[in-house]
Amino acid sequence: MKTKKLKMMALALMLPALINAQSFKIKGSDTVLPLSQAESESYSKKSPGASISVTGGGSGVGLAAIISGTTDIAQSSRKMKMDEKLKMQEAGKAFKEVIIAYDALAVIVNPANPVSQLTREQLEGIFTGKITNWKEVGGADQKIVAYSRETSSGTYEFFKEHVLNKKNFGTNALLMPATGAIVQSVSQTKGAVGYVGLAYLEKNIKALKVSYDKGKTYVAPSVATAMDKSYPVTRPLYYYYLTSIEKTVSPFITYVLSPEGQKIVEQTGYVPLKK
Amino acid sequence: MKKLKRIFDKITHGVLFTSSMVTSVTVLLVIVFLFKEGIGLFNQTAVENHVVVVVNSANSVHELTSKQVKDIFNQDITNWKEVGGQDLEITTRSIDDLAGQFTEEELGTDMVNLPTLIDQYISDNPGVIAYFPDTYLKKDFRSKKIPLAKISVKEFISGVEWYPTSQPAAVYGAWPLILGTLWVSLGAILLALPIGLITALYMAEVAGQRLRNMLKPVVELLSGIPSVVYGFFGLVVLVPLIQRLFKLDVGETALAGSIILAIMSLPTIITIAEDAIRTTPRALKEASLALGASHWQTMTRVTIPYAKSGIIAAVILGIGRAVGETMAVLMVTGNASVIPHTFLEPVRTIPATIAAELGEAPFGGTHFKALFALGIILFIITFIFNMLVETVKTKKV
Repeated sequence: MKTKKLKMMALALMLPALINAQSFKIKGSDTVLPLSQAESESYSKKSPGASISVTGGGSGVGLAAIISGTTDIAQSSRKMKMDEKLKMQEAGKAFKEVIIAYDALAVIVNPANPVSQLTREQLEGIFTGKITNWKEVGGADQKIVAYSRETSSGTYEFFKEHVLNKKNFGTNALLMPATGAIVQSVSQTKGAVGYVGLAYLEKNIKALKVSYDKGKTYVAPSVATAMDKSYPVTRPLYYYYLTSIEKTVSPFITYVLSPEGQKIVEQTGYVPLKK
Repeated sequence: MKKLKRIFDKITHGVLFTSSMVTSVTVLLVIVFLFKEGIGLFNQTAVENHVVVVVNSANSVHELTSKQVKDIFNQDITNWKEVGGQDLEITTRSIDDLAGQFTEEELGTDMVNLPTLIDQYISDNPGVIAYFPDTYLKKDFRSKKIPLAKISVKEFISGVEWYPTSQPAAVYGAWPLILGTLWVSLGAILLALPIGLITALYMAEVAGQRLRNMLKPVVELLSGIPSVVYGFFGLVVLVPLIQRLFKLDVGETALAGSIILAIMSLPTIITIAEDAIRTTPRALKEASLALGASHWQTMTRVTIPYAKSGIIAAVILGIGRAVGETMAVLMVTGNASVIPHTFLEPVRTIPATIAAELGEAPFGGTHFKALFALGIILFIITFIFNMLVETVKTKKV
């Protein structure tokens, strides 16, 4: 009698694992993390039995994990680099890349700062340490304090590549461990300038208008301007997965790309692919 | 019965022996691992594995340092004559730039034509410097590979620039990080030692039983707070306070780190020092008082000298916590890798650097090894501290 009960219990415990073919891992970028969490949560509600585990660590960590085979989907806030592609090729793994949403990076300053717009060239000068005072870009006589993310962040790489024209950040740039820390520091430092994702904008900080055509047009960051591509500092967010497990992950990816999934994108503060 | 007892004794002895051996061996293995990974940095160049830096074959430059390569790709050096070549403007090309110059058709499937195209492009442009994976290096390549100088220990320690992710050549100069670590720890010790010792002395010798019973749990509570909480407290409360108090442009400074570390090491110092002071035998103190010494004289001449080794142990543990602490420091010191001149400037410490960068450094690459080399430096710093304290301790009064 007792053994029968035990067997039943064991079966009941194993049952979900047997039915549940849809069990996979997502790993990588901390920027994409909240989005992946929201998507997987609502997806699991719709199709019970699916179990998705989402972890962060950084874009590079996720891509390294997909190469070594310890994750099924790599979430990334930057495109796969050449040497990562080569490593995939060496490992003999074919992969697919999907853009799931966009993220706009806003350049932020302290609300007390009179400057409200900057060109890309000025931003480059500020973050590489060539421009050190706000009066050089039309502001008050105040030292500029540039806040950046740590070198491990995909946001850091994107900003370096697109805004700094691949130049290195100046040594005097303060490197903060998290986006929240940048928001906090910029809100309490008068001469501060930093960059954060659109989702982090709040009333304690001021987002600047940015110009990529040497000052002809300045565009303020918002979901609308990011969607019609008029705001220049926009980047795609990616999912990478192996072609060999496409069957397992494709229902989830289809869901993310569906109107319902894209609505979640907007709710989490990112820019949907299209309305 | 007697035999059984002997066997039991032997087993106990064996268990004790193995556990202590396992502990020592583990510690040794960790140190060996640290040194193995860290020292591996010094027979490598700062260029990522399997990446080559290439120039036109007519270029008269034969060797570049990684700092020169960084400055060239940073467009701080724009002419070849600045690095000993002919008067020719420099064009920089990354692998993505190179691949982006050609259409999908030209590249062919799986980019089979890329090596030939790259070779052609570099031969056509005399001023170009490019970097790409060595798999694209053709056998009969007409362009010239530029060898980079290997990273030397001297360069690593005395270099003043820390650009670990600069492409194609990283620059590893640990000097600002070493100074930053020492600076923050020094500040923390200067703040924590007097306060910690005075509190310990007060709690052990002066305060009444009731007050002591209240103070002790409060101090011990401090050590139970996670370091992230200290860091957040520092960022939100301490940093703006320092900024306003000293009228600074930036509040994230070495001083903020020192204060946070001092607060964090206080419980260790106070608890251990107080316990040490309280072990002074009552007879000794009473003898001193009986000889007519005042309470204060007894404290400084009898109690403190007797508890000296315990107080020093408190100091070692306090310093140990300060030098190695990561998270709280990472949040309040600003982490700019500049050489500090005062306590009111941002600094980047070694533990913060390791914590912030290890997650993204490609496993086994030069950046990874450079972080381990930083670990060795940190190890040596704490080792020197411990040695100093040991020598002081063995000098009996």
